[in-house]
Amino acid sequence: MAKKTKSLSLNFGPQHPAAHGVLRLILELDGEVVEKADPHIGLLHRGTEKLIEQKTYTQALPYFDRLDYVAPMNQEHAFALAAEKLLNVEVPIRAKYIRVIFCEIGRVLSHILNVTTQALDVGALTPSLWGFEERETLMTFYERASGSRLHANYFRTGGVHKDIPLKLVEDIEKFCKSFPKIIDDLEGLLTDNRIFKQRNVEIGIVSKQEALDHSFSGVMLRGSGVPWDLRKSQPYEIYKDLDFKIPVGKNGDCYDRYLCRIEEMRESVKIILQCIEKLPKGPVKSIDNKISPPNRDDIKQSMEALIHHFKLFTEGYRVPKGDVYTAVEAPKGEFGVYLISDGSNKPYRCKIRAPGFSHLQAMDYLIRGHMLADVPAVLGSLDIVFGEVDR
Amino acid sequence: MSSSLKDLEKLINSELSSKIKSSTIENNELLVETEEAELLDVVQFLKSHEKCKFRQLIDIAGVDYPENEKRFELIYLFLSHEHNLRIKLLIKFQINQTIVSLTKIFPSANWMEREVFDMYGVKFKNHPDLRRILTDYGFKGHPLRKDFPLTGFNEVRYSEKEKKVVYEPVKLEQNYRNFDFESPWEGTNYLKEIKDNNKDGKKN
Repeated sequence: MAKKTKSLSLNFGPQHPAAHGVLRLILELDGEVVEKADPHIGLLHRGTEKLIEQKTYTQALPYFDRLDYVAPMNQEHAFALAAEKLLNVEVPIRAKYIRVIFCEIGRVLSHILNVTTQALDVGALTPSLWGFEERETLMTFYERASGSRLHANYFRTGGVHKDIPLKLVEDIEKFCKSFPKIIDDLEGLLTDNRIFKQRNVEIGIVSKQEALDHSFSGVMLRGSGVPWDLRKSQPYEIYKDLDFKIPVGKNGDCYDRYLCRIEEMRESVKIILQCIEKLPKGPVKSIDNKISPPNRDDIKQSMEALIHHFKLFTEGYRVPKGDVYTAVEAPKGEFGVYLISDGSNKPYRCKIRAPGFSHLQAMDYLIRGHMLADVPAVLGSLDIVFGEVDR
Repeated sequence: MSSSLKDLEKLINSELSSKIKSSTIENNELLVETEEAELLDVVQFLKSHEKCKFRQLIDIAGVDYPENEKRFELIYLFLSHEHNLRIKLLIKFQINQTIVSLTKIFPSANWMEREVFDMYGVKFKNHPDLRRILTDYGFKGHPLRKDFPLTGFNEVRYSEKEKKVVYEPVKLEQNYRNFDFESPWEGTNYLKEIKDNNKDGKKN
């Protein structure tokens, strides 16, 4: 005789080490099998979009660091591109290279964190200890360029804030030469590890069609075998001139996504090395002083420069009327900014398209029929950071 | 890409002529305006037509224009992987109108519509689960409306006396001050514009 069973509701989070932040999941369980998952998000909602409407374009930029705080400069990039598109300013070539270098550093930063914490969620402690040491090195690069490890506030409309010192370029190059060895070590710990494979292979499978239906982007899409990367398909900055490959998965499970991320780190290192080799000389921000501030020497000499400086840091610059959507390939997927300007010095509306939002939305569909223990594994492979999901 | 955008604009105008209000290409982006009543048909067409194949809904952005008669706008952003194209679909509507939900066509519209509902109070027809998403449990008001104050209405703190989190009206030592730095004179001419104008032979 079949026993009558009742499904059990379980509250997962918001304070749970495997929730990668402040995710609250209401799980309905039948024994150990998940029947339904209802993510409650918004616990880290700070109203970024509302705040941006009150700030000038220069002041709005730092908010983007605080979205996906694992790879800050990639977000800044999307906003800078949006404002530049409306203003129609030219970015100097050296600035483009510097931007790409730091975006790729951001990608490595994010992927290290994700790969190692995913391993941590399924029981491997060592990778995170090894990986975080490298992250620390990368964050010192951030610091040496921008002055802070995390909230860089480095990109500007029309370029970047300051030029990078020569020694920093050398150090980044040195790092890129030694880093592939670290990736090998990480792979040695995980790729063929029996436990890691048992926990990840054929878990959270996403088919091509479903990946499209659920608005997946980035690794979530590529892991399912869709060769789509904005750096290749809609190239921005100088990605056209660089030689790199797009790793694509086959089965669309957690393990494939892990492999994609590992390969992407290797490609990022290649991109950085190419940029360093080609890095041209020249200015790093637009020469148009209506948009980018004059340098300090000029302010001491020229009245006009002083006025420009004053106007830029009080009124800011006015952006022509219009609306524009720009997207960059952030480590987590397509990060987009939909910017509406009413011709004043503040954005009228700035909608932020965060990749994690769509990914987390699919949690219910991904986890149905899996065991409770698979929840952290799937969550880890989604690569969720609550700064950007909640905005 | 710009030539294919023009082709797409032509195609949409000829196939959907009665359902489209207007279409423009600005900043290399195609914006198509339609009516709420036609939204489902247009989206279905964009998703399935051989030359469109917009199979991914990227985002739904709400905008609030309090001074307009049709106060709200929704902008749907679509992406076609096959043809490497993007399109923006715009609808304008009044404050009390309910909008048809896209969840049947795009499952990912679910949370995006919930977000619009949360932020603007726009209601969607046939939405499976229209709850607030980003704001607090029991939150009142719609924060992204232009008439919602930046500082909000309630603040939250832990009360030692009651041993729980309590909600109180916002008390600020100093109100949020919004300085208007904008100069009353006409906007600046950017180098680029000046150059372009000179090319056209005009004088500034």
